[in-house]
This record gives sequence, C-alpha cells and structure tokens, in this order.
Amino acid sequence: MHAVEMKGIVKRFADLVASDHVDFNLEKGEIHALLGENGAGKTTLMRILYGLYTADEGQIIINEKPVVIHSPKDAIKNGIGMVTQHFTLVPTLTVAENMVLGETAGITLNLPALEKKVAEASEKFGIPVKPQALIKHLSVGERQRVEILKALYHDANVLILDEPTAVLVPQEVDMLFEALTRLQKSGLSVIFISHHLNEVMQICQKVTVLRDGKLAGTVNVADTNLKELANMMVGRENFGVKRQGQRERGNLELKIENICASDKKGLPALKDVSLDVHQGEILGLAGVSGNGQTELSAVLCGMHKITSGKIFAGDVDLSHATTSDVCAAGVGRIPEDRHANMVGELSVAENLILDQMNNFVKNGIMDYAKIQKNAEELIKSFNIKASAGDRVRTLSGGNMQKVMLARTLSQNPRIVIASQPTRGLDVGATDYVRTVLLEQRDRGAAVLLLSEDLEEIMALSDRIAVIYGGRIMGILPAHEATAEKLGLMMAGSAA
Amino acid sequence: MDSVLFIVGLIAAMLRVATPLIYGTLGELFSERAGVLNLGIEGTMFLGAFTGFAVAATTGSLWLGLLGAILAGILAGLLMSLLSVRLGVNQHVAGLGITLLATGISLFAFRVIFGESKVPPSIESFPMLQILPDTNPLAPITNQYLLTFIGIALIPLVWWIISKTRFGLQIRAVGENPEAADAAGLNVYAIRTRALAIGGALMAVGGAFLTLAQLGSFTFGIVAGRGWVCIALIIFANWHAVNVLWGALIFGGVQALQLRLQTQGIKLPYELFLSLPYVVTIIALTIAGRNASAPSALLKAYRRE
Repeated sequence: MHAVEMKGIVKRFADLVASDHVDFNLEKGEIHALLGENGAGKTTLMRILYGLYTADEGQIIINEKPVVIHSPKDAIKNGIGMVTQHFTLVPTLTVAENMVLGETAGITLNLPALEKKVAEASEKFGIPVKPQALIKHLSVGERQRVEILKALYHDANVLILDEPTAVLVPQEVDMLFEALTRLQKSGLSVIFISHHLNEVMQICQKVTVLRDGKLAGTVNVADTNLKELANMMVGRENFGVKRQGQRERGNLELKIENICASDKKGLPALKDVSLDVHQGEILGLAGVSGNGQTELSAVLCGMHKITSGKIFAGDVDLSHATTSDVCAAGVGRIPEDRHANMVGELSVAENLILDQMNNFVKNGIMDYAKIQKNAEELIKSFNIKASAGDRVRTLSGGNMQKVMLARTLSQNPRIVIASQPTRGLDVGATDYVRTVLLEQRDRGAAVLLLSEDLEEIMALSDRIAVIYGGRIMGILPAHEATAEKLGLMMAGSAA
Repeated sequence: MDSVLFIVGLIAAMLRVATPLIYGTLGELFSERAGVLNLGIEGTMFLGAFTGFAVAATTGSLWLGLLGAILAGILAGLLMSLLSVRLGVNQHVAGLGITLLATGISLFAFRVIFGESKVPPSIESFPMLQILPDTNPLAPITNQYLLTFIGIALIPLVWWIISKTRFGLQIRAVGENPEAADAAGLNVYAIRTRALAIGGALMAVGGAFLTLAQLGSFTFGIVAGRGWVCIALIIFANWHAVNVLWGALIFGGVQALQLRLQTQGIKLPYELFLSLPYVVTIIALTIAGRNASAPSALLKAYRRE
C-alpha cells in the first residue's frame, strides 16, 4: 500500500522548470531515497509534499485519498514531517518550546508539563534530547535529533529528511541510521534525500533518481549498484576528479606557527594551530563546520587578527598583515563566501580586477580597454559562461566561483588558500574547480584546501590535517587516511 | 523641607513623563519581538493623541475617546502589517510612511473639525486619583492618573504574555526564525499582524494619555519625538518588558529634572537643559546598547520562496 503518491508534479520558478511531471510513490514502512545532483529538483519535490511550495500541476495522494496541501500545517495534519537542510528551529527557545510551536490549543504554556511530555516522547522513540536545553547551545547532530523528534511528536508517519548526513560526522551518521532502522520497524516511512550514493545503498530499500527536474527512474536498491545509480544521476559515465600519483614536494612555502585567535564573540576559535604547506602539494584541512575553519581562513587572508603565533609566506612575515600585504606576498585567496567577496552590482570585468586595480590604472583613471581585454581572456581560459559586462549577481553559483578563481589564479599566486571552494556547486562546476586546484598544485603552488566535504579532501589532498574545536587533531599522509580515521579525528579524538 | 518637596515633585513628574513612553515602548516591543521595526510609532502616537481628543470632545466621554484612540492605533498597526508583512515593503520605508500619513491625517482632520482658532480647544481631562489625602507630603507621588497605574501594571502583564503564553511563544518564534515557525505550521503573517495591531493600540494609548489626561488639549507639537525616544528605549531595554520601566523612568526622571533646573536660575542657555534627557538617552544607549541583541528576524520581511 502506498503511503504517499505524487503524480505528474510540475513546479515552475519563472522560466525554470524545477519539477517536470515527476511521479513518486512511497510504500508504507520503507526507506526510500531521493537521489540527484544539486538542483535536480529533489528538495523542490519534497517542499511541495510538505506544503512549503505549491505545485503548479499534479496530484498528491496520501493513504489512497487525494489531498490538497497548502502549508506545512496541512502536511502535518496528514502525518507528514520534514527535517529541512537548514533546521527550522528557533535558536533562542528551548527544545520543548520548539516542539510545541505549531500547536494552538490553550492560552498559557505549562512548560514543566510540556517538558515531561517531550521527555516521554524522547523515551518512546528512542531519540535522546534534553527538553529544557536552549537550541543555540546544541550541536548540529543534537539539533537534528530535535527536528526528527519534533516530527514524530506530531504523529508523523512519513518522515522526509533533506540531506540529513551533510552536517554530521561519520559516527553521528551511524547513530542516525540506527534510529531510522528502528523507527522503520515500527512502521515509519522515510524519504531520504541525498546525493551520497554509499549512504543510499546502505540504508534505503528503494531509490528514485531525479535529473534536471525530471524523473530518471525508480529502482530497488537490491537490483542496482553504485555505478548504475551514478549514471542515472549525472547521465554520463565518468565523473569525479582525482589527484594522480605522488609528487615530490618542494620547498616550504606557507608556515603557520602556533597561532591562536578568537572568534567574533571573543571566544577562542583557534588554539595553537601549526601547519606547513610546501610547493606543489595540496594540504587538505578536514573538519565539521564551525571548528575554526572560518577563522583560520580569515586569518590567512588578513581579515582577522591573531592573538599569538606567526605566519610566514616564504620569508615574508604575515603574522599581522593587512589584506593588501597578503596579496602582495603572493597569496591567492578563494574565500568561503563568494558573495561577500564580489560586488554583485559590478560587472564581471570589474570584479575580475577588484583586488589588483593598481595594475589597470593609466594616469590616475581606470583603463577600461585593458580591463575589458583582461576580462575577455579570463572568460575564455576559465570557461566562464557570461560576458564581460554582465553584473556578477546575475551569474549562477558555478560561474561566480569561476570568476573568483579567475581573479585569484590569473595572478599566479605562490600560495592558494581555498575555503569550501565547491560548496553549493553542481557536479560539473565542482569537477572544474577541483581540476583547477590540481593544476595549481602541478604548477608548483602551495595549496591549502579547507573543506567540509571529506570526499573532496580525500580526492585532492597530498596530506590531510583535521581540525576540531580550533585544534589540529593530527596530520596524515593521503595514503594513510581513511574515512574512518578522519571521521574519528573530526569527532574529536586524536590521531 | 524644601529638598523633600523637590524630590517628591521630581518623582511625581517622572512618573507622568514616563507614562506615554511606557505605553509606546511596550507597543514597539510587541512589533519588534515579532520581527517588525515599526517606525510608524511617532505617527501612531500622534494619531492616538488626536483621535482620543477629537472623540472625547465630540462625544463628551473620555472613555469613548480612549476607545477611539485604541481603534485608530489598531488601524495604524494593521496598515503597517499590510505594507511590511503582507506586501514585504522595506520596514523603514513603511514605518516612516505611516508616521507621515498619520501625522498628516490628524492635522488635517483637526482643522476640519475644530477650525483655526487662536485658543486651542480643550476638554475636561481625566482627574488624578486621590489615593492619599492632599495634606500628606507624599500625595503628589501616589496621586497619579489611572492610565499611569495601568501602564505600570502592563509591564509585568506584557512580560507574562511574551514569555509565558502560547501567543508570546509564537511572537518570539516569528521574530527569531520565521522559517521555523512556518515549517511548524504557524501562520507567520497572521501572528505578525496581531502583534502589530496590539502594538499600535498601545502606542495610541500612549499618545492619548497626553491629550486625555496630562494636557486636556491637542497641539501640533504634542508628541514631540516621544515615539523616537521609545525606539531608543527598546534598545536600552534589550527587548525585555521589565527593563522598559527602568528606561522610561530614567528618561522621565531626567526630563523632570531639567524642567526644574531651568527654574533654578542657573546661568546657562535653557537649550542645554532641554537637551539633557536626549544626551542621557544617548549615553545610556551606548552603554546598554553594546550588549543588546535584537530579534534575529527584525527588519526581514518573511517570504516563502
């Protein structure tokens, strides 16, 4: 029997068709994966089921009855719960308060009674949460548990999880899978949105693959394999960029010695961090988000002060450098937040010279002919799908990142600091960015890659360091690093 | 004896000056905790002052005047909601627009109803309560307008509503993370609209206090920037109802003090004294405002993608 049937779902955003006549069937008591690349329409389809979007066409049938879902309220009434990628919890409220947010009965809140009910539900479903804790004090994994319990608390019998493992360390993933398997046995149906093939194979019984908003097919996990799923997902045979072979590493280029720094709230964010990056190598820095990567990248870019320690680029002391000192020392930066490092209202050509304006000035005025020529060359060599005069804010994420790469790498930096360089990009653009980073390594640059994507770190790095709680937990050469070892270090145990 | 008289008078005046600020700031508190900066406050207070006066003058009933002011305030709040919540207009623009509109309409309607006269029309205003006999030296402090006592009583009530009731939880949720509230099945628009309506009503009562209780007449400069002071006080109060009292009392106290200092014959330009409450407000803000944390969704119109 179908728990959910979605028939011929169409959703348009302006001229983009995000969901193009998609059919989706969920059996009672199964874990069903919804697989696809970024932008394939997985989340859109599920946001329609949860009432966050309204479909332009199509029908939703729940327990054999056609239903109309206009808002999450309708979805919850129909027994559907969703844990979205960005958690929908109010940070300043407690766990119990978040749980009962959607209820409307009664004027006053009897908090002790609510907390008791939440504790009972936590017990019943086997999902440990602390009812009185404020959400802002919880870790990402704990927040996710609150989200799941929230859905179950509201009697969900269909649970939608949108990329639930993206924010978890491997051990937390195991815990999640354990809980899901247990809940499945008690009759819960789960829709598991993911682009990680391994996870899908591990926990799901059925897979529906979406590509470019269209249904690519639905298969039983037992009847398929990784390769077939990958093909269905990207529609081509080969994908993925990988570092080839060992290289002899060159001279020490970037030396970070025992640096400490505080975060914006003044709490210690980096504790005694030391790293060496040599010419012709990629040093990967792995870690779950929020463990000091943002601060480290900001420090290396000259945007954040250190409280102690030293930073050298070759012989140049950059310990207390400004951003222009950093540029002048030959450090190329691919920052974490590309939107914050480009001016959306300015053109591609203007953004391409933003950090080297002095090279494009003639007699005190901007040399627009030279700027234009520079832009045309870079657009060609970095394969940017835009023209020089386009405003940057109109570009897709992938093209924006290419502009960023072109600006930074066209200056042939000795050192490249790349922070989350493929975050939010689709597979094609991701491959491109990774290829470019490997080219930089082969050219002899010292590359420091900060990424939360463990696969990316393992595919590109010659050596892998792990950061946890602002400390370097250890550094492993690539051939010794396994996902398991790194996962343990990312969860805070020393190598 | 003189100094006792001076202090008693000072405290009595402080409570009077603080009253409209308490109402206005509590009104703004509802709006801002729900995620909407309502810069319509100055105009809404002015509208409340005018409507209260006009209704009281034409019907002869002060209580009907107060009710009229409340309704006008609710309307102003609903207009703010229409613009900034439903239509997603920038909150600064919508709020300032409402201040201009409400002020303009009030002035226009005042001329239509009362014409242009040399002596401003006046009404018999609310009497002060006689709690202690006039012979008691503390009488000036205790014998205040009923609205002052209601205003002070509202502070714990608003605290209770915001922190202990379901409606309060909903207000905090839509002010901190409207996406979460929406996903939980709450109607973000409806909750913000209700908060703005309540806020508008409170602001209007603050304005009406001036015409119906304190002055008994309506003049063009009657609100005189009190709405903007409330905007500052709410930052001073760090968006907590209880702190609103301290903020309003500090401002009221300095205002009462400067009026008295002006009559002490000190050889300084009187403008210096006039500016004193504002200078103190700025100093208090720079001290208290450093640790202020506004509701996260303040100024952000909520839109489902």
